[in-house]
Amino acid sequence: MLLIQCPYCDDALPELEFAYAGEAHIDRPQDPSALSDEEWRDFLFIRSNVKGVHAERWRHINGCGRFFNALRDTVSDRFVTSYKAGEPRPDTSGKEPAQ
Amino acid sequence: MTHFSAMSLLKNAISGHKNWPEQWPDKQPKDEYDVIIVGAGGHGLGAAYYLAKEHGITNVAVIEKGWLGGGNTGRNTTIIRSNYLYDESARLFDHALDLWENLSTELNYNVMYSKRGVMMLAHNVHDVQSFQRHIHANRLNDVDNRWLTPKEAKAFCPPLNISPDARYPVMGAALQQRAGTARHDAVAWGYARAAAKRGVDIIQNCPVISIRRGADGAVEGVETGKGFIKARKVAVSAAGHTSVVMDSAGVRMPLESYPLQALVSEPIKPVFPCVVMSNTVHAYISQSDKGELVIGSGTDQYTSYSQRGGLPLIEHTVAAICEVFPIFNRMRMLRKWGGIVDVTPDRSAILGKTPVRGLYVNCGWGTGGFKATPGAAHTLAWTVAKDEPHPINAPFTLERFTTGRLIDEAAAAAVAH
Repeated sequence: MLLIQCPYCDDALPELEFAYAGEAHIDRPQDPSALSDEEWRDFLFIRSNVKGVHAERWRHINGCGRFFNALRDTVSDRFVTSYKAGEPRPDTSGKEPAQ
Repeated sequence: MTHFSAMSLLKNAISGHKNWPEQWPDKQPKDEYDVIIVGAGGHGLGAAYYLAKEHGITNVAVIEKGWLGGGNTGRNTTIIRSNYLYDESARLFDHALDLWENLSTELNYNVMYSKRGVMMLAHNVHDVQSFQRHIHANRLNDVDNRWLTPKEAKAFCPPLNISPDARYPVMGAALQQRAGTARHDAVAWGYARAAAKRGVDIIQNCPVISIRRGADGAVEGVETGKGFIKARKVAVSAAGHTSVVMDSAGVRMPLESYPLQALVSEPIKPVFPCVVMSNTVHAYISQSDKGELVIGSGTDQYTSYSQRGGLPLIEHTVAAICEVFPIFNRMRMLRKWGGIVDVTPDRSAILGKTPVRGLYVNCGWGTGGFKATPGAAHTLAWTVAKDEPHPINAPFTLERFTTGRLIDEAAAAAVAH
């Protein structure tokens, strides 16, 4: 089971308390009516599906209830770090988890 | 390569089974092929076989980063069925079912296809309505599927608990009698043997690093762990790793890769005559011919390439199995594993051409790709050979995510994928 650090509760807690909420840092379109079909496709359906460090959203659903972001290695499932919603993706060069 | 028959079995039995020849040679890559298929699972090997057999294209290589059939082909719970809601899906999966029927004879290899029936349990009013809608849609598409009352379900599968006091009461079930299981390894081995016999090279332990495109944008070949291999046509059939391979060709895919777990029990005497799926509680169970209970679970909630998955899901699945089949509550489980499944937004496959000339793709099967193996392979071979969609795979394009013409089995599926 994953141990996930909630940046609001400031505690590492079991996966069962959390709900995964997909890839992070996908911005909603500013002007939806101006989007082409290809841009809608990219926004709605295309995901990076990274094999490596992935920025993703989690919700502490059985805890504080808040959304936050985390970086996790999708090969080893180890978390690099987690950070509050709205913060930019932290620079983690040199801090990649051991495989 | 020996033709399997009663005579060849007898001959080899007399000589103590010491003289069986190898089933297919382990090849090193040539410099150039007409077609390269990335991924030697059932889908990839099957496509190579149909290319050689039906389209006369034998200068084909199937390139596999690990060992043959070691990905999702060897990791699934071997359920075969075709009772999908939409016309497009029903046609594709029923085409596969038609091919399953004669696959052992066609390949001269026993894939142990067993029409033991797949029964899907309805536990609440929504399930009942949704399954009956499926049954009506299936009947219109000439796909076998019928409704069973709880008593009929119990008669079909005696270990089932239909007590009204059960935690998950059984309100009925949908039964596809023509559905069942097959031996997953044998499907990969059978296709590999039959394809190799027609001249296809199967190259194992050779990861595809990237797909190379020329100045005009068309495919030129693949960079692999064993050097560059030239080919004007490349078909990607790499399941959970499809988006990684396609990224290298500059094609971003609407895919996410999730772990899907399964487990088996210790072997016991025959006790379970069919396949039972319970979508509401996420448990899929059958008994293999070896006697193990084969149990499938749902996907983990997070994307991953770890081929492991988390234990909470296994606990949930096993708890559900014990509620629905109380006789199994003291069974011991032997092992569990995960496969990485590539899931599309509409839970239907992507099968056919891509925006890149010479690049074809067969992916997005999510949690249900094994059943489609012969159908997907057969229609992919057609598309690669003729460079045009097969009537059955035509709706399963990559463009549907731009046009919005989705095949939304996610919202309508018989299973919570």
